[in-house]
Amino acid sequence: MEVRPEILALVLGCALVTALPRVLPLVALSRLELPPWLADWMRYVPIAVLAALLAIELLSAGAAGLPAIMAAFAVAAATRSLLGSVIAGVAIYWLLN
Amino acid sequence: MTHESFAAGMRAAVPVVLGYLGIGIAAGVVERAAGLSYAEVLLLSTVLYAGSAQFVVTSMLSLASPASAIVLTVFFLNLRHLLLSAALAPGLRGVPAWKNALLGLQLTDETFVVASGRRPLSPAWMAGLNLAAWSAWAVANLAGAALSGAARDTRTLAFALPAMFAGLLVLQARIQPRLREALGVALFSGAAGAGIQIAAPGPGAVIGATVLGATLGLALERWKSGPKSSR
Repeated sequence: MEVRPEILALVLGCALVTALPRVLPLVALSRLELPPWLADWMRYVPIAVLAALLAIELLSAGAAGLPAIMAAFAVAAATRSLLGSVIAGVAIYWLLN
Repeated sequence: MTHESFAAGMRAAVPVVLGYLGIGIAAGVVERAAGLSYAEVLLLSTVLYAGSAQFVVTSMLSLASPASAIVLTVFFLNLRHLLLSAALAPGLRGVPAWKNALLGLQLTDETFVVASGRRPLSPAWMAGLNLAAWSAWAVANLAGAALSGAARDTRTLAFALPAMFAGLLVLQARIQPRLREALGVALFSGAAGAGIQIAAPGPGAVIGATVLGATLGLALERWKSGPKSSR
């Protein structure tokens, strides 16, 4: 149960470079009125970032990844349940592996 | 500013909490297996608090990478939060800067998606969402560390992450005012992300695909709602 000094330094370094992009836009841009095109552009950010993260995860998930994600999509569309879609995805992935 | 309560924020976090339990356990298992102590697992999960970055730190530590390379990789990996943080900002206008700073510290892909459908955002609601997700993440990491000796199949548990992305994508699509453009953006960003990742693996793929996808969405929207006079 101890923290090595080099791990502490590493975690603090990683935390600092993670905190800056998390905090700065929220603090700075909440003071300004954004131009409409930028606000519209930002509406597509969540869907774009999620699709990219998902596709990249699938690259390393193997052959079972795609059918498992299809199941997760289907459950999410039918039930609107995030938990249900996580359970369906993991269950199908487990069954196919 | 609305006054939705802290408790309502915690309730909104339930799906994220459950997803984090799965992914956090997987993270804790691999962190402990990479030689980190329980205290170091707790430090990593509470202070860094970034799932994909923790997996990267762990795998680079096992490869004995220099700390500078690890910090730089984490920086690029987490740069995408610039976009998420900027996208939340209009909903938190008029909130004191120190509150926004604290709320931003605990911003993740998942809490962002839960919060992004709401505007204006209540700081108390957002704090409830953040603290519930953050606590669940720390608990799950510690539980994973404890299970590390027994667990063999972290690959299956870790699939909770893409499965959660899939669920969030569907929920996000449902609240988009322009569904067809949103689906186009999703398909395009997914293909671009995978393509960039194959061509040049690294954290730039998510950022590149996000910028391209959102730009496509804006272009489709503008092009449909009124033809441009100049070409």
